Amino acid sequence: MELSDNTLMRYDLRIIASWIEKESRVLDLGCGNGDLLAWLTADKRVRGTGIEQNKEKAAACIARGLSVLQGDLNTEVEDYPDHSFDYVILSQTLQQVYEPAALLHSLSRIGRQVIVSFPNFSHYSIRLQLLFKGLAPKNEQLPYSWYDSPNIRVITLADFRKFAGDVGYTIVKEVAINTDHHDLQGHTVHWMTNLRACYGIFAIEKK
Amino acid sequence: MATTEKTMTAKIEKVCPPPLRVEKQYFTFAEPPDKMTLESGARLGPVTIAYETLGKLTPARDNAVLITHAFSGNSHVAGLYKDEPENARPGWWDSMVGPGKGIDTDRFFVICSNILGSCSGTTGPSSINPATGKPYGLEFPMVTIGDMVNAQKALLDHLGIEQLVSVIGGSVGGMQTLEWCVRYPKMIRSAIPIATTMRHSALAIAFNEVARQAIMADPNWQNGNYYGSTAPNTGLAVARMIGHVTYLSDQAMRRKFGRRLQDKKDFSFGFDVDFQVESYLRYQGSKFVQRFDANSLLYITKASDYFDLVERAVNHELFRPDEPTDIKFLVISYTSDWLYPTYQAKELLQALKRAGRNVSFCEIEADCGHDAFLIPDERLNNLVGGFIDGIVR
Repeated sequence: MELSDNTLMRYDLRIIASWIEKESRVLDLGCGNGDLLAWLTADKRVRGTGIEQNKEKAAACIARGLSVLQGDLNTEVEDYPDHSFDYVILSQTLQQVYEPAALLHSLSRIGRQVIVSFPNFSHYSIRLQLLFKGLAPKNEQLPYSWYDSPNIRVITLADFRKFAGDVGYTIVKEVAINTDHHDLQGHTVHWMTNLRACYGIFAIEKK
Repeated sequence: MATTEKTMTAKIEKVCPPPLRVEKQYFTFAEPPDKMTLESGARLGPVTIAYETLGKLTPARDNAVLITHAFSGNSHVAGLYKDEPENARPGWWDSMVGPGKGIDTDRFFVICSNILGSCSGTTGPSSINPATGKPYGLEFPMVTIGDMVNAQKALLDHLGIEQLVSVIGGSVGGMQTLEWCVRYPKMIRSAIPIATTMRHSALAIAFNEVARQAIMADPNWQNGNYYGSTAPNTGLAVARMIGHVTYLSDQAMRRKFGRRLQDKKDFSFGFDVDFQVESYLRYQGSKFVQRFDANSLLYITKASDYFDLVERAVNHELFRPDEPTDIKFLVISYTSDWLYPTYQAKELLQALKRAGRNVSFCEIEADCGHDAFLIPDERLNNLVGGFIDGIVR
């Protein structure tokens, strides 16, 4: 597929891509325009499927030769048989899920490993905005106002670590990152991640 | 200057290529005593199939695409016949099929044949029964979607095609596409069922039954034995009018007609045409009787009512996880299709997903109802074109 240069892919997706084994079975929930799936299909020869709610995006994915289902990921995941996938990817989607616990429960049934990435709500820029301005915070990763935000769940890295354990998962990999403009470039954050990282990426498995 | 002119001409030619010329061809098989055995157990022969092909078959015979047409369709899928003027009406899916289009005839060898039981060149109730020398009428055996597919398979055998890049069809054509996947999964690399269903709902059967009753209640129908005398055109026209209502949608009818009156400012206070929608339906009905046989409508609607993949698929390899098949599916539905609504496409999707099949799905936003797949739409062309491209890449 056209996207063999992965530096054109979002930085968090490049990290996720590096975690995927060759020729594995991958389900990408909220796959958007299919950049990650296209790269994984071409470079790692995975058997990939995507689910995308947006009709134009889903159609664009199919038109570039990817296997993508247009629909609501919460219901679409129900139909797969047990252990259908090696990896289920939930990249920058968890913060928009109405029932995250129920979803993660379904995902543990269909996938061996779940990879989750999300914007970190405890980044210092957000904390400072709330502390000094007293307004619902906005930044590049969370650019919406309180009244039009699709991000109905505010999650911090610390929150997610606790949540993963509460719903019966073990964290097997964790990377915190900062990205610059357009999210195309970035670097890993190693200390005080909950305060300093824009995004968290976790690989979790059922205990 | 000369170069510029040359480039200009080349450009114009690229934008408006000359119309594709096609030819209707015939293939006859199942000559007695080797008649075709139908799903009902009845035997039929000889069987003639009318078909058209577009594009060139590669020497490896690996670029064939089969298009299965809807209930009132025919083999004339795209292009113009050899003797037609350039402004003649092209085939029914000319927006999709042609050089550089969604189904690209520069790359693929496209086959479309008229279905068994129809009346555009393929054997059906209006064909001559060799046993009596007269048209079959109701002597014609009941045919199923499976029988239509078997007839298409006989044609492909005759053409020497053992593998299909894709089978594509909308509506009753979508049923044939699915039937192909069930009967000959090893021959097919991909399938695109569009605006279709695994089985008719009570609503769909109900509309078909009303259409059949309209024909059978016409005194000219004479138990189907009307060939050579006046055909049941009133009944057939009414059947088509009902059909057209189911192919449109509430929104489309509001947009197209509303309550607007036809060529008048006030009601006629009689039973002549007042509303535009009445005029439209009458026109569609009267146009249809010129090209379609009433008995064919009876047979084909019944075949589509009998079609039931849910019932038959339980134990079929296509829907069993332990039986690997490599068919890639693209299921397409339309938001305003109330004949085969999206929930029915989702049932198909669910069955395919449960079996671990490689399946894509897209619901297209369109207000024109069930017939949306026949209306030129760049989105559908891109979807189908890109999907098939991914198969051969």
